[in-house]
Amino acid sequence: MSQSTLPILIFILPLAGTLMIALGLAPRFVAILTTGLMAFCSVALWIAYTLTPGGFQFVFTIPVVSKLDISFKTGVDGLGVLMLFLTSIVSVAAMAIRPGVETRPRLYYICLLLISAGAAGAFSSLDLFFFYSFHELALIPTFLLIGIWGHGNRTTAAWRATIYLGVGSFVLLIGLIAMIFSLSPEARTFDITELLKTKATASLPPETQSWIFLLLLLGFGSLVSLVPFHSWAPHAYASAPAPAAMLHAGVLKKFGLLGLIRVAQPLLPAGAETWLHPLLVLLCLNVVFIGLATVSQRKLDLMLGYSSVMHMGYLFLGIAAWGAGVLGPVGTATLILAHGLSVALLFGLAGEIRSKVGTLEFSETGGLATKLPLLAFFFSLAAFASIGLPGFANFPGELMVFAAGFKAAAGGSDGVAPFHIAVGVALLGVLISAIYMLRAFGSLFLGKPHIRLAPDVRDTCLGNRLVFSLLTIALLLFGFAPGLVTALVAPSIEAIGSFAGTP
Amino acid sequence: MFNALYLELFVVLLGVLMLLAESFIGRHTNRVYIALGGAVGLLVVLFLTSVSGVPPEAASWPAWNFYSPDPQAKIFKQIALAITILVLLMASDFIPVLTKFLPAEHPNAGIGEFFALPVFICAGLMWMASAVHFLMIFVAIELVTITFYILVAYQRRNLLSLEAGVKYLILGALSTGILVYGITWIYGVTGSFHLETIALRLPDVAEGDGKALLFGFGLVLIGILFKVGAAPFHIWIPDVYQGAAAPVTALLSVGSKAAGVIVLLRVLECGFASPMLRAELATALQWFAALTLLVGNLAALPQSNAKRLLAYSSIAHAGFVLMAVASVFGSELTGPAIAFYLGAYLLMTALAFHVLTLVTASTGSDEISAFNGLSSRSPFLAFAMTVALLSLAGVPLTVGFFGKLLVFIPAIQAGMLPLVIIGALGVAAGLYYYLKILRAMFWLLPEEGSHIKIGKVSIAVLSVLATLILGLGVLPLPLMGLVGYY
Repeated sequence: MSQSTLPILIFILPLAGTLMIALGLAPRFVAILTTGLMAFCSVALWIAYTLTPGGFQFVFTIPVVSKLDISFKTGVDGLGVLMLFLTSIVSVAAMAIRPGVETRPRLYYICLLLISAGAAGAFSSLDLFFFYSFHELALIPTFLLIGIWGHGNRTTAAWRATIYLGVGSFVLLIGLIAMIFSLSPEARTFDITELLKTKATASLPPETQSWIFLLLLLGFGSLVSLVPFHSWAPHAYASAPAPAAMLHAGVLKKFGLLGLIRVAQPLLPAGAETWLHPLLVLLCLNVVFIGLATVSQRKLDLMLGYSSVMHMGYLFLGIAAWGAGVLGPVGTATLILAHGLSVALLFGLAGEIRSKVGTLEFSETGGLATKLPLLAFFFSLAAFASIGLPGFANFPGELMVFAAGFKAAAGGSDGVAPFHIAVGVALLGVLISAIYMLRAFGSLFLGKPHIRLAPDVRDTCLGNRLVFSLLTIALLLFGFAPGLVTALVAPSIEAIGSFAGTP
Repeated sequence: MFNALYLELFVVLLGVLMLLAESFIGRHTNRVYIALGGAVGLLVVLFLTSVSGVPPEAASWPAWNFYSPDPQAKIFKQIALAITILVLLMASDFIPVLTKFLPAEHPNAGIGEFFALPVFICAGLMWMASAVHFLMIFVAIELVTITFYILVAYQRRNLLSLEAGVKYLILGALSTGILVYGITWIYGVTGSFHLETIALRLPDVAEGDGKALLFGFGLVLIGILFKVGAAPFHIWIPDVYQGAAAPVTALLSVGSKAAGVIVLLRVLECGFASPMLRAELATALQWFAALTLLVGNLAALPQSNAKRLLAYSSIAHAGFVLMAVASVFGSELTGPAIAFYLGAYLLMTALAFHVLTLVTASTGSDEISAFNGLSSRSPFLAFAMTVALLSLAGVPLTVGFFGKLLVFIPAIQAGMLPLVIIGALGVAAGLYYYLKILRAMFWLLPEEGSHIKIGKVSIAVLSVLATLILGLGVLPLPLMGLVGYY
């Protein structure tokens, strides 16, 4: 087997898993086995990836439709390696975490594996057609997961999320088609690397770039829950079973960011320039407006849902600051990993608390730390990570993003550049997250218990302890050694930028 | 080379043979074999179609003035044959429902005819695909429509079916009248029924006759759009689709639509010879496409009957096809793109209706609630239906997505932004109403827990269709080659 099939193997594994489950093998075992192999392969991929000179490696191509220049092309650059790593780590965690489900485990694990396969497939595709298609693979499983095994107002949440994501991705599709078919016939291709190399899209007239970029921004943006296209996310995550929320908020959502970094921003520089200021306004709204909405939540699951929307603001800020050098997008990449891990950890913990306590209302819980000390311990670590305290991977990510924002602001000619305001507002967000996270910890675990736990409730089981430790250790590892990530992604982002002529 | 003119004759002959078989075999012989025989016969014709053409010794026959054996006709004939074969197989699963609603002299009465009539329709559809002469177009359409009148009203003890038959008869006759009236106006101005001749004479038409010509083409357009099922000429569709037997509905929604589309393309190609007509007709088509997309998709949202939902969805799909038609001949690939869309539509509609047929035969209902808990009553059927629905909704990695991609490309290229936006809204709405059935299958619990039994032939057909939908969704080249998209 040639090495270039390694990325393919990573998304074939969960697909094979669905098949094995459909054929009758034990679902939970197969799910953990295949995602475990995935994780193994993605670590191997990271090791095998040549850091310098970076760029796209492990490229594998089969032409599919020559007329439209669609080919099944897979491969990874540093960013891709990072995304695949995140996908497989969170996938293992999501499959292994307890409680699983009692009803219809087959369908349940098939759905989870499909989300994981869709994400991994999208992250390793270098052809826009398959990049887009793989992401859609996760649409229906999400619908079923929320609808069948969800909590609370699951019907509304499932419909809303599915329709939002469906429409968002269709807008995205129209944008992609418009971008490709605005090119002269000989430059038309769905191949991302080819588009980056020829820079054909960068020479489109600015007005064309501008409206196409708008479509892409709306499409990718609604998938990443950019305000005002965010309203699907909090309720979907609150209602979804914990593993689905972990996979979706932790991994799948990052598809839109990858799309912005790899496609929209570098391919349409003039369009990106036009929409820079509106994007800054929206991302500030993400941080402050949603941040305040998060503070006002009275229930842990909804609060986590809102907080994951809020944090997207920082990630957008990093991309917006690309004009001042690669620091911004590298920060975003670090945050993609950090946020993915920390949000997965939080949703996993929330799921376990729900199953043990039966409610996630702040007013009904309290003092859980005495009965569930280990859960409290992990939750505090996850909360610290989410706030962005030093030592966790979120910290270097946020630091880079803010530094890039200041750099971009310094580059502006005016006295107070829009970036000054944006960074200032975003910094407020750190305070806001500290408020809601610490309050959540306090009302859940400290103080007087408002609820009497059943006598047979034990602290978190060994399996879950392993899962939580895995995620926490990863967060700490990249918190103490952020150089691992920057060395991996910086050359690739530099390459993407220089391909397409962005500074 | 096989003489293309004989293809339809073979099909008619096959229909006659099936009728004869029905009258001569014993009362208690299983009629399924008639359907299977018919399917095999059509399969042979399907093969012959691919090797058919004009043999040198027949090149001077006057029949070619009426009948064109061009590649496009071939594709649409193959679509007609394929759907008829699938409908015959579907119909053999429909027997239990059919016997319930037929006046029973004996249990097998009237079933053989039910299998033979679609074959005659198939012949009509094939003639429509080749017709390049208004007389031929008219006669072929009538063969199809009149046979459909019988088939739609076939379940004589089912009130819905009778009502559907009457509605279809009245509106169908009206639309034929409009079509013929339009043809006479065109003849009045140009002095010919032959499309090619008309196209040649169009540029020389006197200025004052322009209005008359537009009137004529407008009427013909309306007559054809009625067959295609485009809004605002769609009023008949929901009731007729709901009332007719599920296999008949499948034939109606694929066969009738596809044949209507090729006639539409031919008439437009002819009309576009005049720049004035070109401008007017293209505008009209954009409006019709927009309206069809809106009506089909929005009206499908509140439906609770699966057949009615699929009826509105078929209007919506007509809208997507019209969207590409409205950009007509903006690129040489528009025709093949439309054919690809219809080919994909054939696969997914046949699959959806086949599952619907089996569910109806088992539960006696064609409401969406009949699908409740299908995933536990028959995981295989639920899987097949999921594939069909996802493809209909245009989710990637299914052939339906490629179809959507190919029809959206010419529309985006032609810069018809409002239409594209309406189309995108339509896709969003489609996601909702198709998922409604998906939700019923996976999410809700069955009202009755009975397991659904499926015959071997049906399992084979469903598996082949589902495999084709998924396979062509990843590697669409075979179908693209077939329709000439290269």
